[in-house]
Amino acid sequence: MENKKINNFESSRHPLIELANVTRIYGTGDARVSALKGIDLCIENGEFVAIMGASGSGKSTCMNVLGCMDTPTSGSYLFEGIDVGLLSGNQRALLRRYYFGFVFQGFNLLNRTSALENVELPLIYRRIPAGERKARALEALSAVGLDNRWKHTPAELSGGQQQRVALARAMVSKPEVLFADEPTGNLDSVRSLEVMDLLTEFNKINKITIIMVTHDPEMAKYATRQIIFRDGMIQGSK
Amino acid sequence: MLWETFLLALREIRRNVMRSSLTALGIIIGVASVIIMVTLGAGATAKVTADIGELGKNLIHIRPGQWHGPGGAHIRGNPLELSDAAAIEHQIPDLIAVAPASNKAIHAIYGNQNWSTSVTGSTNAFLIVRNWEIGMGRKFSESEIKGGKSVCILGSTVKKQLFGGENPIGAMIRLGRISFKVIGVFRPKGQSSFGTDQDDFVFIPLKTLQRRITGKTTVSSIFVSAMDGVSTKKVKKEIELLMRERRHIKQGKEDDFRVMDMQEIVNMMTRTTGVLTALLSAVAAVSLVVGGIGIMNIMLVSVTERTREIGTRLAIGAMERDVLMQFLVEAVVLSSLGGICGILLGLAGASAGARALSVPFVFKPGIVAIAFAFSVAVGIIFGYFPARKAARLDPIEALRHE
Ligand SMILES: Nc1ncnc2c1ncn2[C@@H]1O[C@H](COP(=O)(O)OP(=O)(O)OP(=O)(O)O)[C@@H](O)[C@H]1O
Ligand SMILES: [Mg+2]
Repeated sequence: MENKKINNFESSRHPLIELANVTRIYGTGDARVSALKGIDLCIENGEFVAIMGASGSGKSTCMNVLGCMDTPTSGSYLFEGIDVGLLSGNQRALLRRYYFGFVFQGFNLLNRTSALENVELPLIYRRIPAGERKARALEALSAVGLDNRWKHTPAELSGGQQQRVALARAMVSKPEVLFADEPTGNLDSVRSLEVMDLLTEFNKINKITIIMVTHDPEMAKYATRQIIFRDGMIQGSK
Repeated sequence: MLWETFLLALREIRRNVMRSSLTALGIIIGVASVIIMVTLGAGATAKVTADIGELGKNLIHIRPGQWHGPGGAHIRGNPLELSDAAAIEHQIPDLIAVAPASNKAIHAIYGNQNWSTSVTGSTNAFLIVRNWEIGMGRKFSESEIKGGKSVCILGSTVKKQLFGGENPIGAMIRLGRISFKVIGVFRPKGQSSFGTDQDDFVFIPLKTLQRRITGKTTVSSIFVSAMDGVSTKKVKKEIELLMRERRHIKQGKEDDFRVMDMQEIVNMMTRTTGVLTALLSAVAAVSLVVGGIGIMNIMLVSVTERTREIGTRLAIGAMERDVLMQFLVEAVVLSSLGGICGILLGLAGASAGARALSVPFVFKPGIVAIAFAFSVAVGIIFGYFPARKAARLDPIEALRHE
């Protein structure tokens, strides 16, 4: 309690995100994998950060930790000065609901559910009334160029289209922080550039902090900062 | 939000119509059988009560005792006398009417029509005590009773058998070898709950029966009707004491006659149906529990199948509570849909059953409400565990499922 008060008091001077010596170890014994081996990272409000690095270097693991879906094995994660490690599961759910938007590497759209309803989902949990919800979801879908596909279920959409639905779903709630794990991984170069323009606009105009994983140096150029992962550690940044 | 959850649940259930209906079958059968049993039970009770009302209100029936003597011989107590009826009428308070009566099997003949029936001899008091109404014609006059005249009133079955659609009033029929003039026809009562035709008899003055048919001065029964609001039990006790005294039965010796009070029969019947209803309801409760386990089972399967969906919802901002509600509402919607189907099926079955057993269809809103409440409760109780399992999933683990 005391601890939290101090954190709140000091929050104005805290960076948005602060990781200190974060590790994440999967499995035990022979199957033990250290996906993160001591990450120190500081991200300020309004930044557009690109995370790069080889496959298996721990980028997605780090995104999960940052998005409050996974908890570090050791080390601390402060979000706006609040120690996320001290929050309950439900409090972290509320952080995800009201502060974060997430584009998963594997999309994670609800099957058998239309694109529109997928995009509406975060707004449902924010208790936004149906009419406004639908309007906002359609707007987000048209921003990613899918307004004519809102009725289709993921199975009826191409990989790239699914990826754009996932992006629309992450952006529709205008979150504080947008996490995007390879948002252009399945898109052709024209579409990729469109998406990057959209993200940049989102970052600049709506002042939304963006943390994006990408393999493509062209895409990383849109970011204000690039962080390179290597074997569970941060190798450098530019 | 709850409305949205409700719509979502409906959609999930529709997605697997076959599976959902099979799952709900346990509930449907359980609820339907409760409704059928309770409704038919109530119908049977109503029927028996009504029938006994037809027999006569607050009726008390006195007849000589019957028992098995040594060697299985059938022993009958001394017959009743007209003076017994007179004594009861004068000495027992709070009575409406006392009707001594005798009957005998007989052939009724009109023209070339021949019908074997029974003849009952009594006074006009019999009509009050046994609740008979004249449908056509008139009852006996005082002089016809006193003088033992050859007049008769027909039960509607006898009228139909002998006369068909013809008007019988004034016609002469033969009972055995004696001619009787028909002066009236009773309004029909139909079958009794024991399956006998109550309308199959001919009614004549008691004196006529004694003098011209049986040749005896005794009577086979005395029917007594107590006033409304008077305990028939108390009247019965008083009649028993009076009869023991009249028949000089010593203290410690058993009665050689029998006094039956209809209220007793009603109570016994109601108790029997009550026990039956309780027993069958227990069986129905078991099938509800089995139905609940079916729901729990299918919900657990559903949670496993939809692990990734749950993970996505949790990752996107659903709290444990939201997921818990989603699955709980789904289970409750499933079980209450089963309940509604069961209620409809039960009412349909009960009305068909009521027709088949020819008892009235007694709609009991209370049991419908209880059955619905039970099916909702089954959904909550058996849906809770799978829903909690879903809610407690770790988002990352769930997303990685399969
Ligand atoms: N659930 C898990 N159990 C065990 N090991 C895991 C698990 N998830 C990830 N790993 C391991 O952790 C390491 C980092 O995985 P991660 O998914 O973060 O890589 P990545 O940088 O996102 O790779 P990619 O670019 O291919 O998406 C890998 O070696 C992976 O095998
Ligand atoms: Mg990855």
